[in-house]
Amino acid sequence: MKKTKVIVAAAVCLAIGGSILWAADHIDAPAVTGQATDITDFYAFAGSNSGNLVLVANTQGLLAPSATGVAKFDANTLVEINIDNNGDNVEDLVIQALYDGAAMKFYGPIAPSATGTKSKLEGSITAQVAVTPYTTGTPVTATGTNGMTVFAGPRDDPFFFDLNQFKKIIAGTATSFNNPGTDAFAGTNVLSIVVEVPKTLLNPPASGKINAWLETKKKI
Amino acid sequence: MKQLLSRIYITGAAALVLLASCHKSDSAPAPTYYEGGDQMARPAINTAFVDAAAKDSFNATIPSQMASRFTTKFKSKLLGLNPGYTTNALGLTADQFTGVLVTDVLNVSTTGKTTFFDGTNVLTGRTLADDVIDVELKLIFGGPAGTSNATLTSDYVNANDKAFLSSFPYLASPW
Repeated sequence: MKKTKVIVAAAVCLAIGGSILWAADHIDAPAVTGQATDITDFYAFAGSNSGNLVLVANTQGLLAPSATGVAKFDANTLVEINIDNNGDNVEDLVIQALYDGAAMKFYGPIAPSATGTKSKLEGSITAQVAVTPYTTGTPVTATGTNGMTVFAGPRDDPFFFDLNQFKKIIAGTATSFNNPGTDAFAGTNVLSIVVEVPKTLLNPPASGKINAWLETKKKI
Repeated sequence: MKQLLSRIYITGAAALVLLASCHKSDSAPAPTYYEGGDQMARPAINTAFVDAAAKDSFNATIPSQMASRFTTKFKSKLLGLNPGYTTNALGLTADQFTGVLVTDVLNVSTTGKTTFFDGTNVLTGRTLADDVIDVELKLIFGGPAGTSNATLTSDYVNANDKAFLSSFPYLASPW
């Protein structure tokens, strides 16, 4: 009885309709689904050099191999990583990435001139890298003068989830996950921006605790 | 003579001011602004906890305002997903868990191990290999010990389809 109630409630709450796609930011917002601004995932982890933090911003998910060669970053989409290093959930620093038709240009980490939903490019370019073509085997990377290493291009989508079984559960046509499950993201790609930045550039507090979030914004 | 000189002087000064202001307006084009688009921090939060009608609004809300606008909605959604929710493996009540989730930022440690949850470290980052779905399912459905509702606390997909790289850029090559 309880379980039925859970599933019914879940179905009511999560009944989104047809376009249930995408990765860990999936079923997320009708306004961005299918566009260059559509974020799939955001990661933050210590680099192979533990003095660095790696930030990953993935967009345009569920790219089949046949669609990956033509997938492109968008020159009117600003990708912005926000860093709060004093615990008030307001960005103290931003790292920005903007595509110019061939290369990804990076700005920051730098204190933004204004916080919030509206952004402009801050300061000068601190790193830039040619977008790695789909058919190129070795990833193209570059390191800026501030020690920030950058990459932009298609990668295997690192997200894994049995999204299809999850859809059945919330639709009420299944009551549990399968064991083993089936990864709905297997064999698919994303457009990925990877930044490895020296932790010192993020001005972390003594506690080491920072907060981070990812935004994509359209030119207005 | 003096009058003539002073007139020339004033005219010259005025001309210089005029030239200076012309130069100023030519040199600084208006900046380009960007707004709208998508927002994300922790995996699946907008997906799981925000109603269809509010998803675009949540995306447009800055993190410092999420708690005041969405706490009630998040709590109802949590209890809608799991009406039997008491606490979870982190010992959080519905109010406390809602409080953690509603401000959608990724907590990251620059000193300790970075992980979403490894049994010991909680919300100190998000690595490529972290099974964030299982973590979130367990915290929503797993009850105080993480072992309740066993059929809902794992999707039994525990790893990526390709091995990650041990060095930059860490993500595996595309298919």
